[in-house]
Amino acid sequence: MKFKTGLAAIAGVLPASLVAIVLFLTVYSWPAIRFNGFHFLVSNHWNLGNLYADPVTVAGTQVAPGAHYGILFLIVGTLLTTLVALLIALPVGVGAAIFLAEAVPGRLRLWLSFLVELLAAVPSVVFGLWGYVVVIPFLGQHLFPFLSRIFGFVPFFAGPSGSGYGLLTSGFVLSLMIVPLIVATLRDAMVSQPPAIREAVTALGATRFEVVAKVILPSLFRVLVGATILAVGRALGETMAVLMVSGNALNYLPHNIYAPISTMAAFIVSQLDSAMQDPTGMAVRSLAEIALMLSLLSLLINFLARLVLAIENRSARHATIV
Amino acid sequence: MSHANEAFRLTAAPPPVPRVPRFPLRRRIFSIAGWTTTALALILLTAAMLGILEMVFVRGIGALVPATFTTITQGTGGGLLNAIEGTFVLSFGALLLAVPFGMAAGIYISEYRNGWWAKTIRLLADVLVGVPSIVVGYVGYVTMVDWLGWNFSVAAGAISLAVMSLPYICRTTEMALQQVPGDLREAAFALGAGESQVIFRICLPAALRAILTGILLALAVSVGETAPLLYTAGWSNYLWDGKMTHSPVGYLTYAIWTFISEPFASAHQLAYAAAFLVMALVLLVHLAARLVFDRHRR
Repeated sequence: MKFKTGLAAIAGVLPASLVAIVLFLTVYSWPAIRFNGFHFLVSNHWNLGNLYADPVTVAGTQVAPGAHYGILFLIVGTLLTTLVALLIALPVGVGAAIFLAEAVPGRLRLWLSFLVELLAAVPSVVFGLWGYVVVIPFLGQHLFPFLSRIFGFVPFFAGPSGSGYGLLTSGFVLSLMIVPLIVATLRDAMVSQPPAIREAVTALGATRFEVVAKVILPSLFRVLVGATILAVGRALGETMAVLMVSGNALNYLPHNIYAPISTMAAFIVSQLDSAMQDPTGMAVRSLAEIALMLSLLSLLINFLARLVLAIENRSARHATIV
Repeated sequence: MSHANEAFRLTAAPPPVPRVPRFPLRRRIFSIAGWTTTALALILLTAAMLGILEMVFVRGIGALVPATFTTITQGTGGGLLNAIEGTFVLSFGALLLAVPFGMAAGIYISEYRNGWWAKTIRLLADVLVGVPSIVVGYVGYVTMVDWLGWNFSVAAGAISLAVMSLPYICRTTEMALQQVPGDLREAAFALGAGESQVIFRICLPAALRAILTGILLALAVSVGETAPLLYTAGWSNYLWDGKMTHSPVGYLTYAIWTFISEPFASAHQLAYAAAFLVMALVLLVHLAARLVFDRHRR
């Protein structure tokens, strides 16, 4: 009994650190939350104010004169990059999982899976380096001008096609970072489907691809949704790669898919240096508010994914009993 | 008689082989298109991964010189000795902190898995994995660097990294212990062993290889992290002076991030060399883990 209590106490460091992070962020950013109010989320204007003038007192807190913190452009940037990443990662991930599970023979499947899953192990900053050195020149000079010329009639595809830094580039790099999660989850689920289903559908006269596309894949819909939500969670919080390829736009909403953007996570890194110059500390506290928003968003996503997967587990257990 | 038989054999048509009905054209096209697009998806991902490896290793080999390992960074040139040392200090420091607590949490949620505390820990471990790394780094900055006044330091960096790797170590420990058959535990209890003896003398040794692999993977993650360190460890051109607080320390991922955006070729060489070292370690660890788990599976 004593041993269990001791172990429980040491184990408590893990939950304690999470609670500490969230509590601390809330307490620390509280003055900023009160100062910024609801404008924080809907205003498109991040301005540290005049840092060299004497601080003024607004609503009981000291701030630099002219300071205004609004992060609408960051929320839009974060959601849009995630959306673009998802639009690329989902079809590619599902396709790759299908081919890996159904068409690649044993030994080769192991190594190709390893290569695809290695994408998840590549450090964010190395993705950034690759994006900066290889992807941006290629996209900016070749693919984007081509896309804007050919698909200019599609909304948001028209030029100017920019320099290569921006929404589509960030979305592409992010999609490679989240796709292994989708591939691995889906492939494992497909491989562990009972062979009887496959045999039955084949006996009914389906081609091999029809078995996969019309029976196996639809039956794994919830698994796919769960994996996708987790992937969204990862994309929202990615920092370094986005920081290096997004163009770090400030107070600017993208007008097409090539436009520079910034995300909440990348913004914290790129702005902390200048925020520290604020003698009133309100800028750093406002960054803490961004971090808090970002954490709450990931928590929400995480719970959503668990909910979907929990329902999946329950229905799966139900199916085996019946 | 045999004569007639012979004639029969020569003249009769072979029995008709039932023809396998071909699928209608529309469905065949659907299948072919399906396999082609899924194959293309896989090729795209494989090509991207090989492209990253190619860039990192080809450019990295060209950038690696003996001086990379023997001299410290001077401005935008020199070597990476300080960053290599810093990465080792930070990553192993983080492991030293995270392994005891992470393993304790993993053991607890595996061996007492149905209690409310175990369920809470498991849930919060999954949530902690989802907390963006920059948030951890930011909290590290505001608490340790600023509030406690440690400045950019090894302690602040290692603690931030440790918080990031806690949930990984916890969950891999749990998974490894779950692979140990329950019979083993029952047998030990039946022989009169206590809870601590069952865990430390029976379960942990049996799960050791998988746990070590998990710790190795956590190490690879730590080595590749940048965001939690930017505002906790800082950067230094010099070797670590052995102080836990009040002195910044360099690390490889910072070199990748900062030197690639400098306009000098010597700085780019440093970034490529650093990327090579980080990726080489990540690749080695993952290959090793793959081999260990393959043997497990077989």
